[in-house]
Amino acid sequence: MREYFKNIYEAVATILVGMWVTLRHLFVPAVTVQYPHEREELPPRSRMQLYVNIDDCIGCRQCERACPVDCIEIDLIKAGKDEDLGLTSNGKKKPFHVIRFDIDMAKCCFCNLCTFPCPTECIYMTPNFEYATEDRTNLNYHFANYTPEQIEELVKREEERKAALAKAKEAKKPDQNA
Amino acid sequence: MEPLLKFALDLIPGLSQLPHWLFVTLVALVAAAVLFGFASVFSLFAIWLERKVSAHMQDRLGPMEIGGWHGWAQTIADALKLLMKEDIIPKEADRPLFKMAPAIVFAAALASFAVIPWSRSFIPSDMNVGLLYILSVSSLGVIAILMGGWASNNKWSLYGAMRSVSQIISYEIPISLSLITVVLISGTLSMQGIVHGQEGNLLSWNIFRYFPFMFVAFVIYFIASLAEVNRTPFDLPEAESELVAGFHTEYSGMRFAFFFLAEYTNMFIVSAISTVAFLGGWLPPFEFLSFIPGPFWLFGKALFLVFVQMWLRWTLPRLRVDQLMYTSWKVLTPFSFALILIVSFWRVLTL
Repeated sequence: MREYFKNIYEAVATILVGMWVTLRHLFVPAVTVQYPHEREELPPRSRMQLYVNIDDCIGCRQCERACPVDCIEIDLIKAGKDEDLGLTSNGKKKPFHVIRFDIDMAKCCFCNLCTFPCPTECIYMTPNFEYATEDRTNLNYHFANYTPEQIEELVKREEERKAALAKAKEAKKPDQNA
Repeated sequence: MEPLLKFALDLIPGLSQLPHWLFVTLVALVAAAVLFGFASVFSLFAIWLERKVSAHMQDRLGPMEIGGWHGWAQTIADALKLLMKEDIIPKEADRPLFKMAPAIVFAAALASFAVIPWSRSFIPSDMNVGLLYILSVSSLGVIAILMGGWASNNKWSLYGAMRSVSQIISYEIPISLSLITVVLISGTLSMQGIVHGQEGNLLSWNIFRYFPFMFVAFVIYFIASLAEVNRTPFDLPEAESELVAGFHTEYSGMRFAFFFLAEYTNMFIVSAISTVAFLGGWLPPFEFLSFIPGPFWLFGKALFLVFVQMWLRWTLPRLRVDQLMYTSWKVLTPFSFALILIVSFWRVLTL
């Protein structure tokens, strides 16, 4: 009999305690962030989207090699002997035309491994995470700033240079044999 | 003359020129339409309120987008969505029963409005057996729940329906017994008579009479009414984590909306009954506040009780079936029997 009344007392008392807790929480400010209207500032080092400051790129391809999923693709053309491509912001000479620097964010695994070997720190992660698109191909970001005509010209020049080099080699060969 | 007809005549005196049968039909139809409108609008508001209350109790915000101010139009959008949805009836379902169930469950909920007094002069029908009528009509809903659960031809629905039947049959008893104490005090079953018996200020309300016995009777009625309308912690019939959605698992679109509407209408009905029986109905808490009309007080008190129902829902976990039966048969029923004895002795001795 005592147990019975104790049970009832405990049920009522604990329900009142619980109701007090929920009532207090009714007046606690909500923790919700109303996302599209208000956004939280992400930490500056958050890994959300890769960005390449192409003006600083020296075309060393170290990021391409570091990438474990091969999402970076770089094509280079060597600068001519008397061609000056300028310096990077930390004083390095740019020996290559970077005619293609593509990063496929659909493949990227956000490991951040590409940013460490970069000698000029021109590839880095930005906190922008709102780049969802309806087509996967739109996630392939092109960073090189050469027009197709320029690229065509450079490729042609490179081919001519290679052909000339091969010719010179060919011309040299009989000499060595003789 | 019925008070509703008198009320209509006071409002529009020209009605007395109509033939009597037309006048009665017209007034009844208009009253039914008004109460249906009230039930729907109240349900929309209560669903919105429930979502807001639950959200804030969990430190969330709840609906915030639709309508601008705190998402007030969210439930209107939801209702429109439900109206436009396809009406799906399972292949193996018992079609007539399946179609009838939502209509009956809502009709039973709406029928209780007939005897709820809104003010001194407005009560749809002041029956001399008002309380008895309420008790019988409010247990009609369980037939519809059983119909829906049985006709769905689905094990979850059937389980939910069976649980609902056993639960409502058990909890009818403490409900009736705790209301008998009210009848003992006021000496009438008429809802308007019960309210008139509590005239005066706050302390002459039934809940504060024979202190603390009537307060306990009120708590018993409140707990049992939670079970009657299938609200948490007694929501075993629709226990979503065990039975998907219980008896309305197979319902969609408009028919589901009617079950939902009936649940929230029932919440208001049981709150209005406990307001009338224990909290003085449309009477203001203090005499000097009587310039504010009765409907405000009835609605305000009932709304407060609806809020307490929501508050409990977001506080307590669901009971087990055996705990549910224990609460009804071993706690609430003996207590209400004891209350009847004590209150009737007290009443007789102080007569």
